[in-house]
Amino acid sequence: MTQDRVNVTIDGVPVAVPKGTSIIEAAKQAGVLVPHYCYHPSLPSPAVCRMCLVEVEKAPKLMPACVTTVAEGNVVHVNSPAAKEARESVLEFLLINHPLDCPICDQAGECELQDYVFQEGRANSRYGEFAKRYNPVEDFGPDVLYVANRCILCTRCVRFMEDVAGEPVLNVSERGDRAYIGIDPDHTLTHPWSGNVVDLCPVGSLISKDFLHKARAWDLDKTASVCPGCTQGCNIMIDTRDDVVVRLRPRANLDVNRHFICDEGRADYRWMNRGDRVEAPLRRDGSKLVPTDWEHAIARFAELAKSVRSVTILASGRASTEALGYLRKAFDGASVSAAVKVPTGSEAPLAGVPNLALRTERIPNLAGALLAGFGTDWDRTVAGAGASDLVVLLDVELDDAVAKLISAKTVIIATVDDDRAGGAALVLPTTTMAEENGTYVNRDGRVQRYFQAKAAPGMARPTWWIAAQLAEVGRGVAAPTTAAAAFAGLGKTIPALAGLSYSELGHTGRLVEVTAGAAR
Amino acid sequence: MSAATHGSHAEAPYQPVFVGASREKLEALFPKYPTKQAVLLPALWIVQEGRGWIPPEGIAEVAAVLGLTPAYVRGVATFYTMYHLHPVGRHFIQVCGTSPCHLCGSDDVLHAILKETGCGELGATSPDGRFTVTEVECLGACGFATPVIIDDDFHDSVTPERVPGILARYP
Amino acid sequence: MGYPHPSHPKETVVLSKYFGDAEARTYPGWVKRGGYEALKKALGMTPDAIIEELKASGLRGRGGAGFPTGLKWSFMPKGDGKPHYLVCNADESEPGTFKDREIMRWTPHQLIEGCAIAAYAIGAETCYIYIRGEFTEPWKVMSRAVDDAYANGALGGNVFGSGKRIDMVLHRGAGAYICGEETAMMNSIEGRRGNPRIKPPFPAQAGLFGMPTTINNVETLAATSPILLRGAAWYKGLCLGNPKSTGTKLFSVCGHVMKPGNYEITMGFPMNDLIHDLAGGMRPGRRLKAVIPGGSSVPIMTAAEAEASLCDYEGIIEKGSMLGSAGFIVMDDSADIVYEIYRLAKFYAHESCAQCTQCREGTAWTTKILERILKGQGKREDLDLLLDLSDKMTGRTICVLSDSCAAPIVSGIKKFPEEFDAYLSRAKAPALATVG
Repeated sequence: MTQDRVNVTIDGVPVAVPKGTSIIEAAKQAGVLVPHYCYHPSLPSPAVCRMCLVEVEKAPKLMPACVTTVAEGNVVHVNSPAAKEARESVLEFLLINHPLDCPICDQAGECELQDYVFQEGRANSRYGEFAKRYNPVEDFGPDVLYVANRCILCTRCVRFMEDVAGEPVLNVSERGDRAYIGIDPDHTLTHPWSGNVVDLCPVGSLISKDFLHKARAWDLDKTASVCPGCTQGCNIMIDTRDDVVVRLRPRANLDVNRHFICDEGRADYRWMNRGDRVEAPLRRDGSKLVPTDWEHAIARFAELAKSVRSVTILASGRASTEALGYLRKAFDGASVSAAVKVPTGSEAPLAGVPNLALRTERIPNLAGALLAGFGTDWDRTVAGAGASDLVVLLDVELDDAVAKLISAKTVIIATVDDDRAGGAALVLPTTTMAEENGTYVNRDGRVQRYFQAKAAPGMARPTWWIAAQLAEVGRGVAAPTTAAAAFAGLGKTIPALAGLSYSELGHTGRLVEVTAGAAR
Repeated sequence: MSAATHGSHAEAPYQPVFVGASREKLEALFPKYPTKQAVLLPALWIVQEGRGWIPPEGIAEVAAVLGLTPAYVRGVATFYTMYHLHPVGRHFIQVCGTSPCHLCGSDDVLHAILKETGCGELGATSPDGRFTVTEVECLGACGFATPVIIDDDFHDSVTPERVPGILARYP
Repeated sequence: MGYPHPSHPKETVVLSKYFGDAEARTYPGWVKRGGYEALKKALGMTPDAIIEELKASGLRGRGGAGFPTGLKWSFMPKGDGKPHYLVCNADESEPGTFKDREIMRWTPHQLIEGCAIAAYAIGAETCYIYIRGEFTEPWKVMSRAVDDAYANGALGGNVFGSGKRIDMVLHRGAGAYICGEETAMMNSIEGRRGNPRIKPPFPAQAGLFGMPTTINNVETLAATSPILLRGAAWYKGLCLGNPKSTGTKLFSVCGHVMKPGNYEITMGFPMNDLIHDLAGGMRPGRRLKAVIPGGSSVPIMTAAEAEASLCDYEGIIEKGSMLGSAGFIVMDDSADIVYEIYRLAKFYAHESCAQCTQCREGTAWTTKILERILKGQGKREDLDLLLDLSDKMTGRTICVLSDSCAAPIVSGIKKFPEEFDAYLSRAKAPALATVG
């Protein structure tokens, strides 16, 4: 393989990179960031911002690091005086027409123009009294505003729509310093993946209406997660401010979603902030449900589960692999009929990225459910539930069909407080995926971790914890105390996960073989 | 002589350009290029020749016949200064003003034309809708200063004195 | 009109021999003058032999860069099975340059013949001639000539019975100086914005429609038929001492001369004679002040530099500028250097494609500073600022439009500091009115 590698030195750091690697990517390998605007690893490179000019020894002039491929023996200087001076001048040119409205700009704090100017820009402008270019703010579509004055014409948005989404609804209009990003009023950013232009924009020019003036970037806590919207399993960041989820953004995973998420996934976070939550375990006392503590609640659950011959488990497809696995395991020995509900919608692929789409199955953990022994024949499982000795409902919507099942032999593990739960024996508060650590298995069998992004309300506990406690109290099986331990324990009953650990999954996940479990 | 001699087109409902002879003209272009997109500049010319300018509906029509999006077509059209994306007078006048012509008195020619047409200022259309006057960059006829293009006619060596006589040919 | 002028005895007329001869525009008229013999001869030669002949002639690109033509043709791959394209650059837009226009107006078949020879030599079956949108008259003349060439078998599926196919398509530009840059021109033909492309890949590898492509200027292509007919040695002999610059070249002379026009002279001809003799010199009572010789994209020359320079690629470099497209903008002592430089900067700001930061912002910013100076509001530090910005606009962008804007500014400030000083010291009245 060594003949396919090229040895280069970047800012004194020697690296060997595959032939054909750009200087900018080789520099990443050397731990050197080459400042840039138009370059993006998931887009074709136009080399127009000229920010990434670097000094390559023996080259007659500064070279754009984004489109210059490394050659054997290259000695590259990213932080030499010449390269820094070039960047400083690009920043000065960019700033002459850029408003100083950082105090009201949503991008402030995560703005690449702000960052680089702070890092290596001029302390003052020489532009003087000339007027800055002015264009009004434009509505670019359902969730996107274009603040033309902040635009640095990097064209990432245009290239995304043209080369990745395959729907060129944005353009560069006019020429010279009159240029701006244009749109046809009848064809706005309605493509199901168009929200990515907001993330791609390195400055505050394309901004999300949903996020508009909601929070300052420095007030946000960012948590790595996995989109719960469909079986694709796009990697995301959950951004919270004071424990409230304010936006979802894509997190890079070149094997799953590159740098993108769809608009449906991006917008679907408000349920994470619902206030109408079950905050304490509730147990039946005569005709009423009354609050109790976990010790009593688990004891009651164990009592209900004791010596049942048949159990029906109806679960949400948003439940973690850990939740489903431990819940299923808690009833080993009984005849278990288990299903997850799989809502569907139309598929929406992102044309320019292979194997990336908003998937028909709008749940994140279908494969995990199959591994854990859950089936997908929801209606038949619901219809047959009446004959079971015990029915466990995990975070499912209490629609008419399900509500009809609720009796003194029903345990509801719930996130949302619902009046219809009134007839159950127990209602146990659990966490949403935003409030716990866990894993989902995507449609390709990639096991991916998500991290707790916000505090759980009241006494809510992860479902795996509830199920493990049940097994410990009921059958003397030692319960894990952390999500990591819970995941490690899953391998005992789910062979595909044997030997895996959270640390091994890392931030990009691991592929496993997915075969349907026993409880089909 | 003058293909782009169209005055009032304000309220009339849009009629497609690519029908009849214009359609044939367009179709004849396709075999000359390996892609349909390459016919974009010629197609925009056909719209402008037919309408005197390129209205938004014309952009949409070009996009439709070439399998492009209107945004794409507009992005390209705005790059080229000779496409009129706004209505112009019956006769469109371009006066060179780049250095070689400026040295030879193009300013005087321009002022004479602005005065004679009644346009008053650059980019404006005369009140009678007859002329629109613009100053343009180098027309590639610097040895024959000052060149003036009226519609599709190239007039070189224009002096302020010649202006009334030349304009009289454009009713 | 005063043009075409009768040729001056000091001219060496090859390309311009039939300028003004209306009959030469027609197919039979061109054939009567020996036209299309070169193409017939070429079709009997191997492409390699033609390329060798061109190399031996020393012909260099007449569009501005001066790259050896035969060498450029030799870069085209052979036997690659892909379609090859020839593009003729007839987007003549460089301020001060108006030679290609005359070649097309008077001798369209000379160009068609040259294009056909080149297409055959590089293995192309299609030649696109990109004519700038403003050239309405050359367009009409060329359209008719192409039709006639087809009708007479000089173009089409079986050129002069050789079995070779050569198609020629005229493509009309629509107002964009930058489309004269070869990669921008390819984008424009493809129906895109005329944005220059990053090189590599070079056109000979992946050019028009992604295929191997050669782009040559009108004058370069027109020169190929006389070279093939009369031989490389003859052409190479048209040289006044500098073997790197051979043949004849059309020099466009405009601005403050008595007889502006195109003059065809042998490479190495004294610039002093071109300006003061051929072009008729200055108006009575006027003296030469400055010359921008290469079209506007090159450094400005002082009168002394210009009068001592030779008209060829190396000779002009020696005197501090470049030959470029050989469009001479001549200024006498009535010219306001600051204003003309401002007017050129404004031109580049208007024509910048908007891709590269330095160019998009720099051309507009430098224009504003020059405008401020002309309004009598200039500051002393404006000159340093202009020089610094120009430096930062040079050598850092995809194409050289930005550099072209900087060249007259830097040379103007260095060579004519007193002209700037007159405005900065308020000794001279503002040339531009202050609004508001």
